[in-house]
Amino acid sequence: MSSATTASRPARRVLVTGLGTFWGGRIAQALEADPNVEVIVGLDTTEPTVELERTEYVRVDANYSILSRIVHATQVDTIIHTFLVVDPTQMSRRSMHEINVIGTMNLFAAASAPASTVRNVIVKSATMVYGCAPEDPVWFREDTPRSRPARAPLERSLEAVEGYVRDFAEDNPHVNVALLRFSNVIGSQIQTPLTRLLNLPVVPSVFGFDPRFQFVHEDDVIRSIQFAFEHDLPGVFNVAGDGLIPWSEVAKQCGKRTFALPPVGTSLLTSPFRSIGLADVPEAYHGLLKYGRGVDNRRLKDFGFRYDYTSSQAVAAFIEAVRLRHTIGDSEPAYRYERDVEQFFRHSPAVVRDRP
Amino acid sequence: MLAPGADQPDSYLPVRKEYDDPDQLATDRMSDVNEWGRSEHMRELARRLYDPVYRNWFRVEWEGLEKIPTDGGALLVANHAAAIPSDAPVIMHGIETELNRPCYGLADNFFRTLPVLGTLWNRLGGLPAHPDNAYRLLHDQGQLVLVFPEGVKGPAKTYDERYQLRRFGRGGFVEIAMRAGVPVIPIAVVGAEESMPTLLRIPSIAKAFGLPYMPLTANMLVAGPLGAVLYFPAKFKLKVLDPVHFDVPPGQERYSRSRIMDESELIRDRIQVALYEMLRRRRSVWFG
Repeated sequence: MSSATTASRPARRVLVTGLGTFWGGRIAQALEADPNVEVIVGLDTTEPTVELERTEYVRVDANYSILSRIVHATQVDTIIHTFLVVDPTQMSRRSMHEINVIGTMNLFAAASAPASTVRNVIVKSATMVYGCAPEDPVWFREDTPRSRPARAPLERSLEAVEGYVRDFAEDNPHVNVALLRFSNVIGSQIQTPLTRLLNLPVVPSVFGFDPRFQFVHEDDVIRSIQFAFEHDLPGVFNVAGDGLIPWSEVAKQCGKRTFALPPVGTSLLTSPFRSIGLADVPEAYHGLLKYGRGVDNRRLKDFGFRYDYTSSQAVAAFIEAVRLRHTIGDSEPAYRYERDVEQFFRHSPAVVRDRP
Repeated sequence: MLAPGADQPDSYLPVRKEYDDPDQLATDRMSDVNEWGRSEHMRELARRLYDPVYRNWFRVEWEGLEKIPTDGGALLVANHAAAIPSDAPVIMHGIETELNRPCYGLADNFFRTLPVLGTLWNRLGGLPAHPDNAYRLLHDQGQLVLVFPEGVKGPAKTYDERYQLRRFGRGGFVEIAMRAGVPVIPIAVVGAEESMPTLLRIPSIAKAFGLPYMPLTANMLVAGPLGAVLYFPAKFKLKVLDPVHFDVPPGQERYSRSRIMDESELIRDRIQVALYEMLRRRRSVWFG
């Protein structure tokens, strides 16, 4: 805490939800590099999958029932809520509801408790809340309403989550709430339903439709959360790379051919593939493969954020990483969390900390 | 906390001194499909294929083309006709070839739901008629946008109602032009009505297939199934009327409803009067 810039800001105590997920882990890593962040507490049901220096990991159940005790005990001032499921293929509808809706509800209940020290909340949502319909504008702004009511379970749960965020922001005007809506994330590491489609031998598309997709690189996702954290961004922000790319061009960029599914009965046709675990195109993506979705990213830019990747550069980064993995395999050995080892490094008197 | 647009503390939205370029592409793109889905390559190909139709079949004649600005945004508004509207391609082709600047066409969302055709329509500069799309094109990017305020009511009308303008929607086009601070340029089109006249509508078939309307056209009677796509060689005459500038501050959330309806009615009236005027002078449907 020696530099002039950090001295002007008070030290921050941060709670990160979903530490065991891709995002939670990467956010915690990024926060550890910030000397201004004094304490990082990470919650999850599963152990962290990335190596962390000083983040304290607490195992909790999926719906955070002990959260208010943790918030009270650690006196955190910032909550970064990354533990929202946006990939419906990875779990049942029931557990998705537990994590997204009940988890968020308990999180905000804890944050708005009378003695709460929380002054900043950052929530990682997805542009899927805008839905996907033929009546949509080409670019959704943060205040553009959905064209049709949400039907897919994932969209409905995200909508419920955002409802809690709105209520919380309204009831707690002294808390700065930033809601970041991320477009289709792609990059060198992350796995999403879209990256799985692009990894198939032929890329599924819907006959006669060539929707345009927007992507955001995983590094820009982390940087934007950091940006929101450092500048206490208020309100709702779309986070998405510049430009929309036709799905056929995305496939071509990945060196794949497209395989056209019939425009009617798409879900009927894909269900046998899903049941043998080949290609899962979740309900929330069916409309996307017909109409695509674009979001206006200018609000975040107006606040001074600069993207490192455009949509097509993000796709390029993804396919380069895939090619590299095909050649050399997974480069980094998988990290395994060992409780005793981590406790030793953090708390043992034998470890020399605060080296000059 | 950061303020957006630090050099302009008073205004929330930064004032854009120059227009954004919708065709701005990253260098690593593999196609030229721009941010609206329009592809200049596809347009170029379409222009080459369509030019003989434009010149030799419809023998299009423009009047007052110089009233359309060569720079900056403007909302073009025209009367709409023919079972499969022939006026949109004629206007867009005419402007792109004569003025050498792109023209985006706003149309019903229905186009977007059509396989193949919907994609093609989008690549050729067609967009769903959403106010946000129009605003971004007109205000932020200074483009020419064509819209038919009658909507599907225009092409759905039968031959005995030809050149009788339908209601101009709810005046949404006026509101968008006001908000974007661009002029509305009315265009009167003669010829489209006779290129594919609807004799009668068959609502039951339209309903069964989810179509906005199902016409039985004269072209179908004359040319059989081919008539579904074959236009009669009606002579096209287009007249660009004086641009309408609105004396209101741009960028407002809402404008007076009565003012919008008045302006919309006025523009509709001017197109209607111009149509009657052109029809009075027209000697032949086929030779003008």
